[in-house]
Amino acid sequence: MSQRKSDPRITWDSFAEGLWKNNPVFVMLLGMCPVLAVTNSAMNALAMGLATTFVLVASGYLVSLLSRFIPRQVRIATYIVIIATFVTIIDYVIQAISLDLYNSLGAFIQLIVVNCIILGRAEAYASKHSPLKSVVNALGMGAGFTFALLCLGSVRELLGAGALFGFDLFGAQFQPWIVMVLPPGGFLVLGAWLLLFDWLKQRREQKQLAISGEQTNAV
Amino acid sequence: MQSDSLTFIFLNTVLANNFVLAMFLGLCPFLGVSGKLNTAVPMGIATMFVMLVSSVCAFAINKVLVALDIEFLRLIAYIAIIASAVQLVEMGLKKYSPSLFRSLGIFLPLITTNCAILGLALFQTFKEYNFSQSLVYAIGAGTGFFLAIALMAGLREKLLLSSLPSVTQGAALSLMLGGLLSLTFMGFAGLGSL
Repeated sequence: MSQRKSDPRITWDSFAEGLWKNNPVFVMLLGMCPVLAVTNSAMNALAMGLATTFVLVASGYLVSLLSRFIPRQVRIATYIVIIATFVTIIDYVIQAISLDLYNSLGAFIQLIVVNCIILGRAEAYASKHSPLKSVVNALGMGAGFTFALLCLGSVRELLGAGALFGFDLFGAQFQPWIVMVLPPGGFLVLGAWLLLFDWLKQRREQKQLAISGEQTNAV
Repeated sequence: MQSDSLTFIFLNTVLANNFVLAMFLGLCPFLGVSGKLNTAVPMGIATMFVMLVSSVCAFAINKVLVALDIEFLRLIAYIAIIASAVQLVEMGLKKYSPSLFRSLGIFLPLITTNCAILGLALFQTFKEYNFSQSLVYAIGAGTGFFLAIALMAGLREKLLLSSLPSVTQGAALSLMLGGLLSLTFMGFAGLGSL
């Protein structure tokens, strides 16, 4: 395979890439549907994050193993079938572990198939790297995705129900912001997080600009 | 109105349970292709068409799967159907309307990974709709998607002309707009039920 990169080493970077620098949700804006739909409570967010991580890791491993046998023309279809297989497995597993959780996540477990993060990683990373490296990278991506889901889920549950993971935090006199657990809340909270990150990034850039400006002045 | 009458299903999926704004399906094209009105409109129409085709095919294949007692293959079968439906639409468009084919470009194959379409196939199975109900459900979902993406594109075109703080440009702004649109559509909630 000429495509396979020559550098087989697994570095911290191959894990941490998905965690922060290329966070699938906050930076790449992929897989938005489950991000907004199931984050009305922190528990749902965590379950969705873990399920997606499992599919990412398993499909990444298999795609990487099989990449030399899959003809280029039908690779996307093959990846989709591999992903759909693992999604079917996790669908039945969640159904067996907790029916409540299964009902509250609804069709969104099955919709993991069309989550663009998974297909994107299979195409862009797993098919070009060794199995072990793909697994490490997929773990990082999954952790980043779970982190982003938790960011949204905890804020929405905190404001919309005054609770976190089902524990009441503010007492009975708290007036919940119902809108936060309803659909518009998802858009607004994710928008607010993106605003925050953009603002921080802009401030850092301005600071760096100011520092380099001072240096040139001093010279 | 009865909850399984065709008019009810249509209104419910277009307005009260809009696929994009209330059920969060198909957000990638909603955020990605809504920059300009004249790309958003063909995208909406193409999605509507694929929804219709794949809904009919999914209805048929589900009958086969149930008859053979292999429902665990449903997800894989549906995905394969949608991918081939998109391929079919692509070939048909290329032959009969090359200009539209060119203007849609890369967005056409990407409809395969639009979760609104797989979602539609799955939901019509869960709700056990019969053939005419699934057909109306698909038309409603397509119309809802078209409505949402066209409204969004109109809003974003207007916003290009207004002066905004530099931080808010980009994805954050689109999401805030989506939030407001979604809030507006919540006003229709009294019309229907899940």
